[in-house]
Amino acid sequence: MNLGTRKLLDRSFTALGIGSIVIMAMTLLIVLVPIVTNGLGALVFKGTIEHRKMLAAEFNRGDRAELERQTALADSSRKPVYAMMAAFEQELTGMDEPRRQQYQQQYAQVRSAIQTLLGPIPGDPLPALTRSQYGQTRWEKAEERLHEVLYEKKWDYSNPDAPAKEYSVSRAAGFEGTSLVKLFPYVEKNIDRMLMPEWTLYWGFITDSSVDAHIFGGIWPEIQGTLFLAIGAMLFAFPLGVVAAIYFTEYAREGFFTSVLRSANSTLAGVPSIVFGLFGLAFFINTLKVSESKSVLAGSLTLAIMILPTIIRAAEEAILSVPKTYKEASLSLGSTKWNTIVTVILPAALPGIITGGVISLGRAAGETAPIIFTAAVSVGSAIGLADVFSSPTPALSWNIYNLASEHEAASEIRHVQYGMVLSLVTIVLLLNLSAIVLRARISQKLKG
Amino acid sequence: MNPEATEAVRRADTMETAVRDIFLPPEREKITSGGKPHVVAKNFSIYYGEFEAVKKVNADILSKYVTAIIGPSGCGKSTFLRSINRMNDLIPNCSTTGSLMFDGADVYGKFTDEVLLRKKIGMVFQKPNPFPKSIFDNIAYGPRLHGVKDRKTLDEIVEKSLRKAALWDEVSNRLDKNALGLSGGQQQRLCVARTLAVEPEILLLDEPTSALDPKATAKIEDLIQELRGSYTIMIVTHNMQQASRVSDFTMFFYEGVLVEHAPTAQLFTRPKDRMTEDYITGRFS
Repeated sequence: MNLGTRKLLDRSFTALGIGSIVIMAMTLLIVLVPIVTNGLGALVFKGTIEHRKMLAAEFNRGDRAELERQTALADSSRKPVYAMMAAFEQELTGMDEPRRQQYQQQYAQVRSAIQTLLGPIPGDPLPALTRSQYGQTRWEKAEERLHEVLYEKKWDYSNPDAPAKEYSVSRAAGFEGTSLVKLFPYVEKNIDRMLMPEWTLYWGFITDSSVDAHIFGGIWPEIQGTLFLAIGAMLFAFPLGVVAAIYFTEYAREGFFTSVLRSANSTLAGVPSIVFGLFGLAFFINTLKVSESKSVLAGSLTLAIMILPTIIRAAEEAILSVPKTYKEASLSLGSTKWNTIVTVILPAALPGIITGGVISLGRAAGETAPIIFTAAVSVGSAIGLADVFSSPTPALSWNIYNLASEHEAASEIRHVQYGMVLSLVTIVLLLNLSAIVLRARISQKLKG
Repeated sequence: MNPEATEAVRRADTMETAVRDIFLPPEREKITSGGKPHVVAKNFSIYYGEFEAVKKVNADILSKYVTAIIGPSGCGKSTFLRSINRMNDLIPNCSTTGSLMFDGADVYGKFTDEVLLRKKIGMVFQKPNPFPKSIFDNIAYGPRLHGVKDRKTLDEIVEKSLRKAALWDEVSNRLDKNALGLSGGQQQRLCVARTLAVEPEILLLDEPTSALDPKATAKIEDLIQELRGSYTIMIVTHNMQQASRVSDFTMFFYEGVLVEHAPTAQLFTRPKDRMTEDYITGRFS
């Protein structure tokens, strides 16, 4: 190969390498930027007076006097709305039957839209669901609801070949000639005064429990559940994994038995996590009966089984990478094998072992499938340390899935879902970061 | 003159003068307290699986003297050395036949405690291998293992060992620093000190200077001279000049066979065996 071709090849490989790194970085950005911006939206947003009311009522938080003053202000600007509605209801009773029926249906839609926007209408009985007891707590959601008050959503089926098209019709036009027609411009004009949006920093999103299945409130039970499950899994898997790695590297004689064990370990590392989930249900809950039903304990054990092969392998690698000369030196000084392992080999292997452990911890925190059947519930309060043996817990990974697929009002609370995703990513990232720092510090200490 | 002596003189004369000058060992005073056989090998063979790495060695290693082991690469000299404190146990399927006695006890006996054995037979390796701990902790590692906990006693042991290894003056003000920060030669002397700290009777040195520069090598050789007479020392070396400089006796191994075992002065000037002569004159290596 001549020099020209060689240089050309070198350059094209370099370009290829840089290209793939750039593509990866872009992909990461495309994924991370929405997660971060939307996730932060759960913490920082324009909150309405309804949000502050909710905080005061559900978490007993905020300045009561200020809230009362604002509520009075908001109520005074809401009063005309309710007055107009009452007047129209009066008007309805005086109409002839066909007209009344036509308006009644339309009016019912307007009424429920107003209720969704501003909260229960005075005079109505208090709704049972918490979510119906408040108006819109977030300004961007309020704006969407406002649109529903002002416009009716209709579908255009005129072209049978094309999918139906959505279009909006002003509700005001439908009520032409009645007293309600004034309501729409009033609501549109005074929405600010009725809801009083303010920039809000809601730290409670991280530390509060959720209210009414995540419609309001925070995600502390999920964060705590995730930490419990991950740390619990480590408590089982880490000591077991390190002991197994010591056995493999220092005690096991190469032979049929050991190679079977080794390949079993490798196979275990490749088993899909849902299989571990089902195994956990069948073995820990149904067979061993570690708990009545789902519990943190059962989930931790299942996660432990899942991360065990990774920990064993990482620890094995770390132990094998300890220079053999340390072992020789220790033994030649009259140290026993066990003493050598404890005083020389393990300390030197510690950075690698810890790295493997923390990466597994991150994986345990992020896994969904193993805890579906063994530990996770979609809604629940934070559990105490004493309850881990019997109580299930919400967890970030499972609740993200739940909000994405099963929650009945999922589209209303995307911000909560993003907030959970951001929290989970942050937890895993912090764990990995701490592993890096810890590793660096221990290595530094070993190098002197 | 008997015919044997005549033959030896003839061989010595045929050796090139320069070579003879280089290998002429220094005059040494006789060691008074030692001289008894400390390690005795009888028909001692070492196998790696089927392969016989050391073949039926018969030798008496005399106490308090320095014995050098020389020979080409792969001749079994390191294997023999490492079998004395059973470091070969680390190698899977390594086995021995014959007997190897240390102080009258069978090294490979059924009831031999190899941990206790290694305490009495210390070893220094080819590459300096201090632990990634402080200098103090390196020296104190052995004594601590064997139950010394008192800080004052440890201090004394550390100082004594470092002084014996001629390292005290260089490191006395930084005992708490990591041993890996020392130079290669200092590290190796630290390893010697670490071995001396457990008060062994025998010191096995496995090519202790092969990773060191000439200056550090000279210091290690001086150290061996210092320790001569206090410990039984066995040193494996590739460097024949080193063997002639530091040792009282020399063993020459070739392909697993102990070809010649004689006082160093005799082995280097009047080798009995043709192969020894060829090796020390550099006709093969």
